Amino acid sequence: MKVLVPVKRVIDYNVKVRVKADGSGVDLANVKMSMNPFDEIAVEEAIRLKEAGKAEEVVAVSIGVKQAQETLRTALAMGADRAILVVAADDVHHDIEPLAVAKILAKVVEEEQPGLILCGKQAIDNDMNATGQMLSALLGWSQGTFASELDIDGDSAVVTREVDGGLQTIKVKMPAIVTVDLRLNEPRYASLPNIMKAKKKPLDEKTADDYGVDVTPRLEIVKTSEPVARAAGIMVGSVDELVAKLKEAGAV
Amino acid sequence: MQFGLTEEQEMIVSTVRSFVENEIYPHEDLVERTGEVPPDVAERIKQKTIELGFYACNFPENVGGAGLGHLEFALVERELGRGSMALNHFFGRPQNILMACKGDQIDRYLLPAVRGERMDALAMTEPGAGSDVRGMKCSAVRDGGDWVLNGTKHFISGADHADFVIVFVATGEDMTPRGPKKRITTFLVDRGTPGFTIRDGYKSVSHRGYKNMILEFDDCRLPDAQVLGEVDGGFAVMNEWLYATRITVATMCVGRARRVFDMALNYAAQREQFGQPIGKFQGVSFQIADMITEIDAADLLTLAAADRLDKGLPANREIASAKLYASEMLARVTDTAIQIHGGMGLMDDYPLERFWRDARVERIWDGTSEIQRHIISRDLLRPLGA
Repeated sequence: MKVLVPVKRVIDYNVKVRVKADGSGVDLANVKMSMNPFDEIAVEEAIRLKEAGKAEEVVAVSIGVKQAQETLRTALAMGADRAILVVAADDVHHDIEPLAVAKILAKVVEEEQPGLILCGKQAIDNDMNATGQMLSALLGWSQGTFASELDIDGDSAVVTREVDGGLQTIKVKMPAIVTVDLRLNEPRYASLPNIMKAKKKPLDEKTADDYGVDVTPRLEIVKTSEPVARAAGIMVGSVDELVAKLKEAGAV
Repeated sequence: MQFGLTEEQEMIVSTVRSFVENEIYPHEDLVERTGEVPPDVAERIKQKTIELGFYACNFPENVGGAGLGHLEFALVERELGRGSMALNHFFGRPQNILMACKGDQIDRYLLPAVRGERMDALAMTEPGAGSDVRGMKCSAVRDGGDWVLNGTKHFISGADHADFVIVFVATGEDMTPRGPKKRITTFLVDRGTPGFTIRDGYKSVSHRGYKNMILEFDDCRLPDAQVLGEVDGGFAVMNEWLYATRITVATMCVGRARRVFDMALNYAAQREQFGQPIGKFQGVSFQIADMITEIDAADLLTLAAADRLDKGLPANREIASAKLYASEMLARVTDTAIQIHGGMGLMDDYPLERFWRDARVERIWDGTSEIQRHIISRDLLRPLGA
């Protein structure tokens, strides 16, 4: 079985995000970028499936600016076998919307014929949480979202999902799309031998045009603003005072 | 001239940095408080380093290392420099002087050291012989077919965890026009060899938990098979392999300075006095500007020296400049960081005072600042006959 892992290049989770002066989005110029942490978990899971003998090949794919190549090299250094870069934008501030990404991925799936697609449940930049679901609809494949456990059992996948009320376990038919949640695994560090090998692994470069997909935004960003600053806290001297203050605030 | 790292080098940096942040940082407070590295923590760091293929990454591939060049290795050391010396000791980087092993020394010392099965330590300094290495009193004399070692070494880092030590001792004296000159030989001495003891040294203010040990040789008998390199060839072995340790000091200072700088920068942006962040006051903002300028300068100086080694160019002076500047830069940066933090910077509730204490030793070990200035100036003046 071949596993396809779409990965997104996003602002690094350690970076203090700043809104651009014109409110059109977040400032990404000269900011550290990394692989979306949820996608890292997806890469890890795919590699573990390969190590367990349940997958033969792990292919990472990224859609975005040319620099997403670095993100793919990270996936290769972790242990993916090869990578596909689909250049769909020149400007780092041009975020490709989930529907366009899903359409491109559907074409990649047509070419690659994977048995399983593993991707992050959402990207930490815009938190859309849509690409996996849209891709599932476009392909007509089954989906298991927010996976915290995954077990491949012959031609079906058993997915434990983190839902509001607790955990839900479902069985889906393969080929399937599984979007992964935080607790599925802990991604490995790239080992030194794999870092050295990453450069020699194949990385194909395509464009959105190669797949005939229009990536023009359908959404208009009206305004981006900083979260409201948190007011300073107060120090209380005792538990009694704490309870009194909480009552005053209507919290208890 | 080429600036910028390759993709591989970027990945090496980010992997080692994540490793330090996730595997080293969480144990630092405990090591600071107790002055000890818990054995299970040490073992876990070591095993993870081996799994990641980073153990002994400074050794060539044909002996089981990763074959990193000097520049790449300096980048690894730079990121390690952010974390505790006591803990990152187990991100093993055996002394590359072990490449001088010959015959069955390869199987007994070199290969097990590279595999992480046996740890080493290097012993040169003595109570009466610091910068003046040739003044050493530790000696070995012939007795039958063996050598008999006597004397004391101190300030021996890593000896507490070492399975064997690489020790430099005097094996004779030559008369020269400038007076008597000691001949030095390098020996490999196993822990547990009769007549050889390793004991706790002094309590240092710098790098708690990274102990400096005292080694005592009392009629310690060694066969010829324990000589590393040639008899009386200690200086040759030293010159061939030990120059690079000063790059390690320089690059670690850079990594540590960047960690301290981030603390100072964030504090300057958040701490408010007189109704505004203190970073808005020119007095503080200029300090920030000076700090980052010096850190970047030290970084470039160090990487440029490492690059010269990779290219096979003479680098003695450049390495000395990097070690001198980076260690003095770290002293200034940690001091300024405390000034920006005010009184809280000195409290041990906060990690900053530790970096300030740790910085002090960098201007002393692996050649004091004065020795580095001597190396630099001799390199320039000697060719002119001065």
